[in-house]
Amino acid sequence: MNTPTPQDGGQKRTLLQSLELDTRLLGMIGAFVVICLVFNVITDGRFLTPRNIFNLSIQTVSVAIMATGMVFVIVTRHIDLSVGAVLAICSSVMGVMQVQLLPQLFGIGHPLVMPLTVLAGLLTGAAIGALNGWLVGYQRIPAFIVTLGGLLIWRNVGWYLTDGQTVGPLDQTFMLFGGVEGTVGSALSWGLAIVFSVLAVFGLWRARQAKIHHEFPVKPLWAEGALMATSVAAILGFVAILNSYAIPVGRLKREFESRGEVMPEGYVDYFGLPISVLMLVVIVVVMTLVARKTRLGRYIFAAGGNPDAAELSGINTRMLTVKIFTLMGVLCAISAMVAQARLANHTNDIGSLDELRVIAAAVIGGTALAGGIGTIYGAVLGAVIMQSLQSGMAMVGVDAPFQNIVVGGVLVLAVWIDIQYRKRTGEKV
Amino acid sequence: MSHRGTPLVEMRDISIAFGGIKAVDHVTIDLYPGEVVGLLGHNGAGKSTLIKCLSGAYQMDSGAIYINGEKAEIRNPRDARAYNIETIYQTLALADNLDAASNLFLGRELVTPFGFVDDAQMEAETRKIMGRLNPNFRKFKEPVKALSGGQRQSVAIARAVYFNAKILIMDEPTAALGPHETQMVAELIEELKAQGLGIFLIEHDIHNVMRLCDRASVMKNGQLVGTVNVKDVTDEDILGMIILGKKPEGVAC
Ligand SMILES: Nc1ncnc2c1ncn2[C@@H]1O[C@H](COP(=O)(O)OP(=O)(O)OP(=O)(O)O)[C@@H](O)[C@H]1O
Ligand SMILES: [Mg+2]
Repeated sequence: MNTPTPQDGGQKRTLLQSLELDTRLLGMIGAFVVICLVFNVITDGRFLTPRNIFNLSIQTVSVAIMATGMVFVIVTRHIDLSVGAVLAICSSVMGVMQVQLLPQLFGIGHPLVMPLTVLAGLLTGAAIGALNGWLVGYQRIPAFIVTLGGLLIWRNVGWYLTDGQTVGPLDQTFMLFGGVEGTVGSALSWGLAIVFSVLAVFGLWRARQAKIHHEFPVKPLWAEGALMATSVAAILGFVAILNSYAIPVGRLKREFESRGEVMPEGYVDYFGLPISVLMLVVIVVVMTLVARKTRLGRYIFAAGGNPDAAELSGINTRMLTVKIFTLMGVLCAISAMVAQARLANHTNDIGSLDELRVIAAAVIGGTALAGGIGTIYGAVLGAVIMQSLQSGMAMVGVDAPFQNIVVGGVLVLAVWIDIQYRKRTGEKV
Repeated sequence: MSHRGTPLVEMRDISIAFGGIKAVDHVTIDLYPGEVVGLLGHNGAGKSTLIKCLSGAYQMDSGAIYINGEKAEIRNPRDARAYNIETIYQTLALADNLDAASNLFLGRELVTPFGFVDDAQMEAETRKIMGRLNPNFRKFKEPVKALSGGQRQSVAIARAVYFNAKILIMDEPTAALGPHETQMVAELIEELKAQGLGIFLIEHDIHNVMRLCDRASVMKNGQLVGTVNVKDVTDEDILGMIILGKKPEGVAC
């Protein structure tokens, strides 16, 4: 929708044109591959082990989830500087709920603790997001100011909720959102991989059928096939890697003992897909559908491209702003679930500086601050690239200040490359 | 008055000011079904501002709007659309980053049974209507910022006429069009008029006004100079009204 596909003006199509691939996306994937390979060489192959890929995945999820929402915020020419602080207050609410309030009511480990905790977190995020949206949309306070205020307010409201204390240990079921504690095992992972592959192929095929139905040009069959094969290979490959990360023997032994059994000799089991990664996948699919296939998504991009035109077309742009910020708040709450469960407790500095990571992920992923342009997958890829850079540098032993210098440089470089790219494709920036 | 029945639109005693500037100052105009009323005046006379009160883009400070004889509350563009009022804005009001079909259906998307926007269907409809308005139009996949001024104008016109408007507001619809496309819009106006639509046409070209309009209302400095039957006057008379702000002697409206 927002990347123009070149018209075939009779001349021979190049390979890329036949595939109708987003060259921007290819560039980002290329950059990511280069980063991975370089770190892998420097670390003597430690970067691309199943173990590190697993850790990278669960570390990226929290920022990536929020980045999908930030795309909508930035596309409509707003900004949300408060996402880290909102994450923190959602986390503190959920911490207090599951560690203090609910166990007093129901007892520790009661099955209602997790759902009620999650509900409280989501409501907190939605309420703060809606308030932000109302202040921006109806009261016309610039989003920069509203959320800069929120950045100072919400983390510190969270501090008062918990007296600045670390809150833990968390509910056992809740811990499943974190990653290491919550994976679906290798059998189910394969099952899901097959389901996702089938869905991907089906989706591509349906899109093609729709085009044929309306007699629009379609790409050659081989190109469609190649695209399907690549998607399936990527899905199966990723799952294969996670499925080859064996659960440490000590931990398996403990699990058997807790069930009163003895672990058979030579028993191995694998982590498989983390639940948090599955949550991210579902969110990415849903957000992409919202962006491309719903009226809400259409209005978001229209309002970003020309707010006056959107209003004159009968779109309630103020209400739209409330919806976008509410969605952002809910995503912050989901990120809070993942981040808190991964760290195994709530601390007051949870999600510090996440606003910058989230904005950077969206921007590296091609979301234009001028509005109207951005993709969900780009933002997620942006988050993955940043996390790989940071983890890779940590692994190599680059000290923290220099890591920040590099990430900052990459942010500016990414936007510069984007501008050059748009100039070449003739787009106005 | 030579007209019969209730007018489709009556804008009575409309005023609106921006800061100290009275952009529209106690203006009354009306429009009957199957009629084209030209709105004329120098730059900044208040033509666009007046019709924006009808299209819901601006809220008038005082005055009243009657549609089919009944008082209408038009607070925003959604209200105007509910009265079947469609507008081609002087600024075109297109979302530059979206393609022609997305713009044409903006706010009124066609959806599939699952509630998802039906892009393929919308593009097909867009191809149909553009085939009538501007057969040379090819850029269906590009965002409209990649279109020429005239192509953009065609998209804006298509959007206004696609949805079975009863009242059509056209603010300088042919300003960016070539002679051939202008001719096609002229034919379109005749056709819509024959279908019984009422059209407010803001137009600077006096020959187009003489050719297309039944009546002409002239504004100067926010005030209405007067309304004349086009067939009772010469283009000199109308030019006189625009420039001198005086109504010609002995002409009824
Ligand atoms: N949003 C606004 N804010 C302040 N002043 C405005 C606004 N819109 C219009 N005006 C002023 O109102 C007056 C009438 O403007 P309007 O756009 O209605 O003129 P017009 O007759 O359409 O002129 P043109 O032929 O150039 O399109 C002008 O003096 C203009 O500066
Ligand atoms: Mg005007």
